[in-house]
Amino acid sequence: MSKRSVFGLMVAVAAVFVASPVFAQEAAGAAAKAGDVVAQWSIITAGFALAIAAGLGALGQGKAIASAAEGIARNPSAAGEIRGVLILGLVLIESLSIYVLLISLILFFLKPFGG
Amino acid sequence: MEKFEFPLLIVHWMNLILGPIAVPFQKLIGHPLVADAHGNVIPPFMVMVILVVLGWTLLGLFIKSRLSVENPGKLQIILEDAVSGLVSMLEQWLGPQGRAYLPLIGTLGAFIISCNYLGLFPGFMSPTTSINVTVGCAITTWTFYHLNGFRVQGVFNYLKHFAFPPGVPAFLAPLMLVIETISHLSRVLSLSLRLFGNIFGEDLVIAILAFLSPWWLPIFPLPMMLLGLITGGLQAFIFVLLSIIYLQGATHVEHADDHGGPNHGSEHGTHGHEHGDARDMANMATV
Repeated sequence: MSKRSVFGLMVAVAAVFVASPVFAQEAAGAAAKAGDVVAQWSIITAGFALAIAAGLGALGQGKAIASAAEGIARNPSAAGEIRGVLILGLVLIESLSIYVLLISLILFFLKPFGG
Repeated sequence: MEKFEFPLLIVHWMNLILGPIAVPFQKLIGHPLVADAHGNVIPPFMVMVILVVLGWTLLGLFIKSRLSVENPGKLQIILEDAVSGLVSMLEQWLGPQGRAYLPLIGTLGAFIISCNYLGLFPGFMSPTTSINVTVGCAITTWTFYHLNGFRVQGVFNYLKHFAFPPGVPAFLAPLMLVIETISHLSRVLSLSLRLFGNIFGEDLVIAILAFLSPWWLPIFPLPMMLLGLITGGLQAFIFVLLSIIYLQGATHVEHADDHGGPNHGSEHGTHGHEHGDARDMANMATV
């Protein structure tokens, strides 16, 4: 979990660093083309998308783990089955965050909108 | 991403050895020859896949020559534990005939786990950071469970389940057909992208942390590599588990009296609920 959080934070910080000279340029009066604006916002969007995905994914996984821990505490003999279901559910939740990570990486490194 | 990639020595050596063989072969099959920026004909992920396959082949030959019932070695015990764990998982999900699926499922698991762990060694990379490898594994699984569905249930019966799943009214058939088709097609996407995204993200974080650390103290990525030890094994396990679940969905034979539809299903559901409630009450009473 912390892996994605740290990575999301880093992408967001990097987005701020990428964005700040851009805003400085605009303040200096350089006329930005429409494509440049889209490219800048795609980078910013990548960071925020990953942050939102990591946060909400962590919420969902936390709920799942809390319920599983409750279930195991109530009925320790079912621990094996609960663990299997828990891992499967966690992975299915996690894969949603992974999709957002991939989209963010595409926006950030491959730059389909230029920039 | 290019700034995080380095020419790997082993890729260069492999291209020196196998490159002259690969070039005429690629010409033979009419595939245009594309060398990358470092002049390598064989891409790095392919070199790593070849290494993994060679490694498992050599390990298999080595182990096979010294298998023994009376006096098993440490490696033999470890591998026997892994195989018996996988067999018990297969039998838990697929019943007694689950053992028949061990060759492909076990090979996929061994291949993916060694691919994931290969990236943790300096000088190597994970082949699973390339989408080609993960899509290959996913398509293999997908084809395999559909073929087994055809084999076990028969072509017509298996195709019928796409439009008429048990417990769904018949007038929903056009809708169910679309939904089922999309869900089956998206399994390739989800299987491949999950593995690719996990391992690629892992390696990218390691690379970024390695860039952040000073050159005389390259220890910043170590916690992430520790996490990679967990993630790599877990992702291989998940791939195997999902393959088994898909296989179960395809080869699960419905009973002849199961055409009762929603009635039967709800009855079954209520029964299960009651059973769960009873167990719950018993547990609460014990507490």
